[in-house]
Amino acid sequence: MASQKILEVENLSVDIPVSAGMLHPVRGIGFSVSRGETLCIVGESGCGKSLTSLSIMGLLPKIARRRADRMDFLGRDIRNLRERDMARLRGGSMSMIFQEPMTSLNPAYAVGNQLAEVYLRHVGRNRMTARDRAVFLLEKVGISSAGSRLGQYPHQLSGGQRQRVMIAMALMCGPELIIADEPTTALDVTIQAQILHLLAELQREFRMGMILITHDLGIVARVADKVQVMYAGKTVEEGPCETVFDAPMHPYTQGLLRCIPVPGRTRRGERLGSVPGIVPNLVGELSGCMFRNRCDYATEACADMPDEPTRMGDGHAYTCLRAPEEVLGEGRAAEAL
Amino acid sequence: MTEAAAPALETVDVTCVFHVSQGFLRGSKPLRAVNGVSLKIPRGQVVGLVGESGCGKSTMANILLGLQKPNSGDVRYSGDSAAGFSRREIARRIQPIFQDPYSSLNPTKTIESIVFQPLRIHNVGEPSEWSVRVGEMLDVVGLPRRVASSYPSQLSGGQRQRVAIARALIMRPEVVICDEPTSALDVSVQSQILNLLQDLKEELGLTYLLISHNLAVVQHMADRVAVMYLGRIVEEADSDTLFNDPRHPYTRALLGSVLTPDPRLGVPDTHLGAVFPNPVDPPPGCSFHPRCPECMEICRSEPPRPASDGGHRIECHLYGGAGAPGTATQ
Repeated sequence: MASQKILEVENLSVDIPVSAGMLHPVRGIGFSVSRGETLCIVGESGCGKSLTSLSIMGLLPKIARRRADRMDFLGRDIRNLRERDMARLRGGSMSMIFQEPMTSLNPAYAVGNQLAEVYLRHVGRNRMTARDRAVFLLEKVGISSAGSRLGQYPHQLSGGQRQRVMIAMALMCGPELIIADEPTTALDVTIQAQILHLLAELQREFRMGMILITHDLGIVARVADKVQVMYAGKTVEEGPCETVFDAPMHPYTQGLLRCIPVPGRTRRGERLGSVPGIVPNLVGELSGCMFRNRCDYATEACADMPDEPTRMGDGHAYTCLRAPEEVLGEGRAAEAL
Repeated sequence: MTEAAAPALETVDVTCVFHVSQGFLRGSKPLRAVNGVSLKIPRGQVVGLVGESGCGKSTMANILLGLQKPNSGDVRYSGDSAAGFSRREIARRIQPIFQDPYSSLNPTKTIESIVFQPLRIHNVGEPSEWSVRVGEMLDVVGLPRRVASSYPSQLSGGQRQRVAIARALIMRPEVVICDEPTSALDVSVQSQILNLLQDLKEELGLTYLLISHNLAVVQHMADRVAVMYLGRIVEEADSDTLFNDPRHPYTRALLGSVLTPDPRLGVPDTHLGAVFPNPVDPPPGCSFHPRCPECMEICRSEPPRPASDGGHRIECHLYGGAGAPGTATQ
């Protein structure tokens, strides 16, 4: 796989002042996406995954403060871009697919106009080419009789069709990077599989980089090249998809994987694993491992552990005090049972 | 049929029709949300009901809860027809747990008054005992007793769902209808709620109807599974049979769409057409035929008759002829 990096982010933090003090929803995370690569960011609600995507797009609420050591998009520093230049990138060479296709399409405009608008704004002024491109992409995303759909309004489409229109819209200007924030959460399982299949196919065809944000480990396993597990605003584990699923190292990743029923692996009525406790409050000064109050292996040292991740080679890294031998030895013992 | 053998809950050929307006001066068309469904929920078992949105799952739940009167057919509680029961009597036997604990709890009431509301409505026991009962119930669902004086906004999603479960169980119902009980929750909380539902079933001898689109959850919980499509149950069997030997092409497509966390498998291609048909204007013949990969000539004109093979019931022309095994078994 070509290692040409589309996006490189280092030490990204987001701070939001709230009445109780300073909220730290994202606390120093870094990642990179190459051409044709899919990065999945997983985590539960409140772990900062959506704010991460919004801060890349420059769509954070005004009150939030963003800091980063590095944010390079196609080799260009986008940290201090003016809003006008950022708006030129957004929808053009980086685009986003949001969770709710019901709320992210404008109900007052026909689908065709909404698709053409993106193109006219970023690429060219010719309405006919914009229309042709819209029809081409609607057919590409599997909408039948695309030409006649252009005059339809969002309420005339089903949920799956709307999400397809959103995908077509994201592709209108031939983006280099697509950020999809929970693109299938509101959809039925059958439609979910179709949409993910479509995204994977289009991504391969157009050699785009993709950041997929989700809480569904099934989706992650099926589409990701790289996985990044977030907890309380930090990356707790990252690595190639197969490695992370085969040998999860962080107790949180392990806990998440034990929580989901897997046909064929968990027996009916058997108790599922769980991660007891709740997500910590991220207001004020924070130190040490934030997972320690829910962790089975927590020791006193966890309260002021450094941020330095343990690296395992081939890009697999996790932030935990437990030594690799300790974790792996246990896995083997469990397998032998 | 003896009293003991009667299922806790049963529907016999239930049909529910809504009239959908087609616009100004264009009159209305009938929408058969539930179209001749017979479903048995045996005592002490978990029956899963799966299907896409718009297939009539939630209308079924409303009919079973007595919130929606079916146009024809009968609902039977322990063998007795629903016609003889009032709404309150039904509510004593059957309670719901809904999907979204953010909207199913009244935000202006304390947890205690939410949980004892059913006792008040049904005039059970002395009001002085209510808070004791609430305390016991909170223990049962694993909430600390101090939340009794909190408001829903002070609780997390998982805690709220526990409150909803406490409210459903305080009347000691026989049957609990769980309509997508975990789909609004995070993964780690989902497993806690599923474990809790499982424990409560054992402890209190409950019967569940589990409505969900998450087939992994259904497989984990249910003893028996019914697959619904456009108001009909197209396949029904015990859980092992259905998941190991799905027959109906729709069931196979549904199972094929389940994304297990296996990084070596890509995203499946379900070969299902994208378009869920408009339920106001269902396709002729078998209502699944426009999306079916194994559609035959007969499917376009004639609706399939239910065929059954032991406890395995299927409505599909592939299996129509006197229990003949289909050509397309996996």
